[in-house]
Amino acid sequence: MDIVVLVKQVPDTESLVQIADDGVSIKTQDIKWIMNPYDELAVEEALQIKEAQGGTVTILSLGPEKAIEAIRTALAMGADQGVHICDPVAQGSDSLATAKLLAAALKDLPFDLIIAGHRAVDEDNYQVAAAVAELMDIPQISMVNKAEVSEGKITCHRTIEGGTVVMEATLPALFTTQRGLNEPRYASLPGIMKAKKKPVDVKTVADLGVDAGSVGAANRKVKIKAFNLPPERQAVRMIEGDAAADKAAELLKILHEEIKVI
Amino acid sequence: MAQGVFAITEQRDGELRKVSFETVSEGRRLADGLGSELTAVVLGSGIDGLAGELKKYGPDKILVGDDPALADYTTDAYTNVLVELIQSSDPAVIITGASAQGKDLAGRLAARLDAGVAMDCVEIKLDNGNLTYTRPMFGGKIVANVEIEGSPQIVAVRPNVMNITENPKESAIEKPAVQVGDVKTKVVEMKMETADKVELTEADIIVSGGRGTGGDYAAIEALANELAAAVGASRSAVDEGWRPHSDQVGQTGKTVSPTLYIACGISGAIQHLAGMSTSKYIVAINKDEEAPIFSKADLGIVGDLFDVVPAITEEVKKSKG
Repeated sequence: MDIVVLVKQVPDTESLVQIADDGVSIKTQDIKWIMNPYDELAVEEALQIKEAQGGTVTILSLGPEKAIEAIRTALAMGADQGVHICDPVAQGSDSLATAKLLAAALKDLPFDLIIAGHRAVDEDNYQVAAAVAELMDIPQISMVNKAEVSEGKITCHRTIEGGTVVMEATLPALFTTQRGLNEPRYASLPGIMKAKKKPVDVKTVADLGVDAGSVGAANRKVKIKAFNLPPERQAVRMIEGDAAADKAAELLKILHEEIKVI
Repeated sequence: MAQGVFAITEQRDGELRKVSFETVSEGRRLADGLGSELTAVVLGSGIDGLAGELKKYGPDKILVGDDPALADYTTDAYTNVLVELIQSSDPAVIITGASAQGKDLAGRLAARLDAGVAMDCVEIKLDNGNLTYTRPMFGGKIVANVEIEGSPQIVAVRPNVMNITENPKESAIEKPAVQVGDVKTKVVEMKMETADKVELTEADIIVSGGRGTGGDYAAIEALANELAAAVGASRSAVDEGWRPHSDQVGQTGKTVSPTLYIACGISGAIQHLAGMSTSKYIVAINKDEEAPIFSKADLGIVGDLFDVVPAITEEVKKSKG
């Protein structure tokens, strides 16, 4: 089973995000960068399938030079090789352009299965994986918290509102991860040492044969006009009282009479 | 030239989901603002009655795609059918819910139609025929305004946010023949939780517990039960194994927008706040008066949740008489 995992480097979810001076991007200097948490689940799942059935795990990522760190992390966890689409021309691509670049790279990679996070926790677009599946003309199953690969097909538990749907797809296929799928391993020290020697193929937009006029910040279909901070709430109103019952009564009174929610 | 608004609804087991009414109501508002028509589409099997329900929200036209292969949502069958319907009506705007279905569908549709998507929008502004979409990014730490070039523009609206507006109309109902086409996925089984469990992303009220519960959710469940609310949890509570992953609210869990969010024993880590900051009213209950959650709350109570929460439950019972 040859598996490709789509990986993105994103700001740590514990980071405070600040708006840059241009008003349409974030300040990047003080941010700790990590592998997208849903992609960690994807790497782990790929490694478990490989350990059970043999095959290869290839990490595919689009991102600036720094994104190599996320690829190396995945290699240190146990993946075999990486492909890094790294080109200033691709910088700032929107979801669909990103998917086109990833799909172009996938044309040169043999795979039976693609695994990706269901979203990246930066732009929260939920689109790249589905668009990749469409461009590769393969089926997709989203937000999976259990997956089983057997002869020529994959069976996945897809999480939906109020439950799960058990779905099957014929291979090759793509699925996206949801929390609960597995517990990603930490990279071991020997793993980290080995990862340094594993091959990472660096590709430019031209290498992939993609028209530079269809990718990058200048060619976004989805134009970011402004970044704002969420509206501040009014200062909290603390409910005082001697006993819990007094506070509870006061809270209910406010919710009922002033806010009218209960 | 592309014009009109195309609203994609969703049904499960032959019943329209609430997000459908939000989508059609918002679609009506956009179509009126753009001076164009609203087409609502519903796909399923044996769903004759659903068009009548959708009429209430004022579409000019309702397309009913009825086929046994459309009974349950699959990406490929729904995309194949929707793309055909979209191409024959050539809309300027496609609106869907940012539900499990909409999030799965939007990226696939976008790639096939070569269109841009504004995902998980909380507001759509209309200005002289231009649409600006407001959408949280970075789990809600940033709110972005985006515009989409080209057509169609695809917008997925966050469940529980858009107003449902009744606006009955004698909509024209059409039942086009549909081609499900090549389908490589199939639904084997639906495993639904008990019917009385309220889904977090659709709940009006959420009672949520964190590390302060120490794993004991009895008080929180009792209050939730009394309020017909959903129960949520912080990441640390889920990591401890106290609650299932499906209960997690936060940047790596669910993003919720209830009318009332009651945070009990949750300190308010950035990544948790990101998932619930669009709640209308936030009540925080915490022993530690310095807890960051109080800076994001409307109402706060300093106290032990094991005293305060049962007291609130009692008050709710009393108020019901």
